[in-house]
Amino acid sequence: MNNFSKVRSVRHTLSNLFRKGVCKVLSVGPIPTHIAFIMNGNRRYDQKLNLAKGTGHSIGLLVMLTMLMHCCDLGIRYVTVYAFSIDNFKRKPEEVERVMDLLKFTFELLSEKNSIANLYSVKFHFSGNLDLLNEPVKNAAKELMANTANNSKAFFTFCIAYTSTDEMVSAIREACDERRRAMQEQKKTGGNYGLTKPVEVVDIEKHMYMATAPYPDIVVRTAGENRLSNFLLWQTACSQLYSTPTLWPEVNFWHLVLAVLNFQRNHSYLDKQKKLL
Amino acid sequence: MHFSLQFSLPPVITALSPRSKSFSHQPHHHRIKKLTSHVPKSPLCSTTECALIHQCKEEEEEAFDGRVEDQTLPLGLRPEALPRHVAVIMDGNRRWARLRDLPVGSGYEAGVRSLRKIVELCCEWGIKVLSVFAFSSDNWFRPKVEVEFLMSLFERGMQEDTGIFLRENIRISVIGDLARLPEALQELIINLEEATKNNARFQLIVAVSYSGHYDVVQACQRLALKAKCGLIEPSDINESLIEQELVTKCTEFPYPDLLIRTSGEFRVSNFMLWQLAYAELFFAQSLWPDFGEAEFLKALLAFQKRQRRYGG
Repeated sequence: MNNFSKVRSVRHTLSNLFRKGVCKVLSVGPIPTHIAFIMNGNRRYDQKLNLAKGTGHSIGLLVMLTMLMHCCDLGIRYVTVYAFSIDNFKRKPEEVERVMDLLKFTFELLSEKNSIANLYSVKFHFSGNLDLLNEPVKNAAKELMANTANNSKAFFTFCIAYTSTDEMVSAIREACDERRRAMQEQKKTGGNYGLTKPVEVVDIEKHMYMATAPYPDIVVRTAGENRLSNFLLWQTACSQLYSTPTLWPEVNFWHLVLAVLNFQRNHSYLDKQKKLL
Repeated sequence: MHFSLQFSLPPVITALSPRSKSFSHQPHHHRIKKLTSHVPKSPLCSTTECALIHQCKEEEEEAFDGRVEDQTLPLGLRPEALPRHVAVIMDGNRRWARLRDLPVGSGYEAGVRSLRKIVELCCEWGIKVLSVFAFSSDNWFRPKVEVEFLMSLFERGMQEDTGIFLRENIRISVIGDLARLPEALQELIINLEEATKNNARFQLIVAVSYSGHYDVVQACQRLALKAKCGLIEPSDINESLIEQELVTKCTEFPYPDLLIRTSGEFRVSNFMLWQLAYAELFFAQSLWPDFGEAEFLKALLAFQKRQRRYGG
């Protein structure tokens, strides 16, 4: 047994070194600043391997944390995941409850002192209509945000109770509200507000849930589907879309490498487009 | 280079699929009477599909009198599973021209021919709306000569095809920040939209000087105006109100079911962001002037296989 564990630890060290080597090679080219994941395929994973319902989601969350570590190793500063859509509330109540419990467990785990949140100095942020969540999950999320508020090496956003259209509605509502309040102030002080200042892109963007992060460079969707499913529609106007047939619980470091290589191949053109704007 | 401008060239990368060769032989098509039933959002369950197949078989036994309403669908396409609204990002015209050592203008002209072919197929196969990304807000930064050429191409295309739109019962809508276009083109657009507004067989939406961000911002500006005039409260603003202010309000089916992007690029490039929330994305490798019936059929067949869950 002793020899077996020795061999395993040597293999582990070697594979770590190899991964670090690959990270160094990749960093010669442009590294994306922000990568977004649509973590699709957890339920299909259960069916594929004949597992109990919910196992796919549990493994999926572990994979998510592993991928966060790999992104940090590669130097990707912003990571966003589509954890739970507002549309997913339509699913069976047992499934919704299971996922909510799992998320609460993950937030509590990450809030601990020696979790990867503090190890990698990751600040956690939540995008979405958090009022739709039940109290325990909401409180666990707020606590995680508070505990990691001072971290600054990387930024991880959970999109929970989120859809892009809901985000845009909320931003537009706040922009209209802000405009009306400004006009009322002007009226009080006797100024003439009128129609001279139209609503601009920045007025809407600053009220978006995702205002804390730049636009994603890559959107990765697993399980072979080719759609955005109401995720970051506004922010992904010029993002590279990458779809892989692998199910989310089966994703690993090498899929991330392929996604980044794909990004590097198209980077010069995208960069030119951004400079034109 | 001995390529002629008059003939559309076969796709550079993909070969024509064996199915496409059977298009010229009538007996291979399904002769299906135009189904007036509303195309459901979710895939049909198997019993409904069986019922439809039985109905088709019964109708095939009746004598075919060749009426215009009958659709001729290629083998494999189910009329009930066709997308109602297809959106296309017509990418690759300039690359097509450069590959053939032709001026960029020839690429755009070949693109227009390709568009005509796809519009014809949509009418034939019963797709109700086709949206095309002709000119983005970001394209204004291209060389002035190229932009002017494109504007004159739009003008020419609309003038030449007015007759076809009227004859074939096609409705034209142009969406985007039209105030930036030359005045003559703006007038032509208004006249064409007015002349075809009652046509109901098929609608072609051309996005010129358009971007998804512009669409949402102009909807927000309209809503802000309404809030200022006291017509609505900011708290009343919801998804439905925004949908009614987006420029795609000109059509009965504002949300594309399928988005096709040609030339192998994997991005949406600021096209219809709100409306593409649940659209199936299909990325074709061939350049737009080479995107013909075979590739379009491949995209529609791929769409049929997709399982749309809308998050449920």
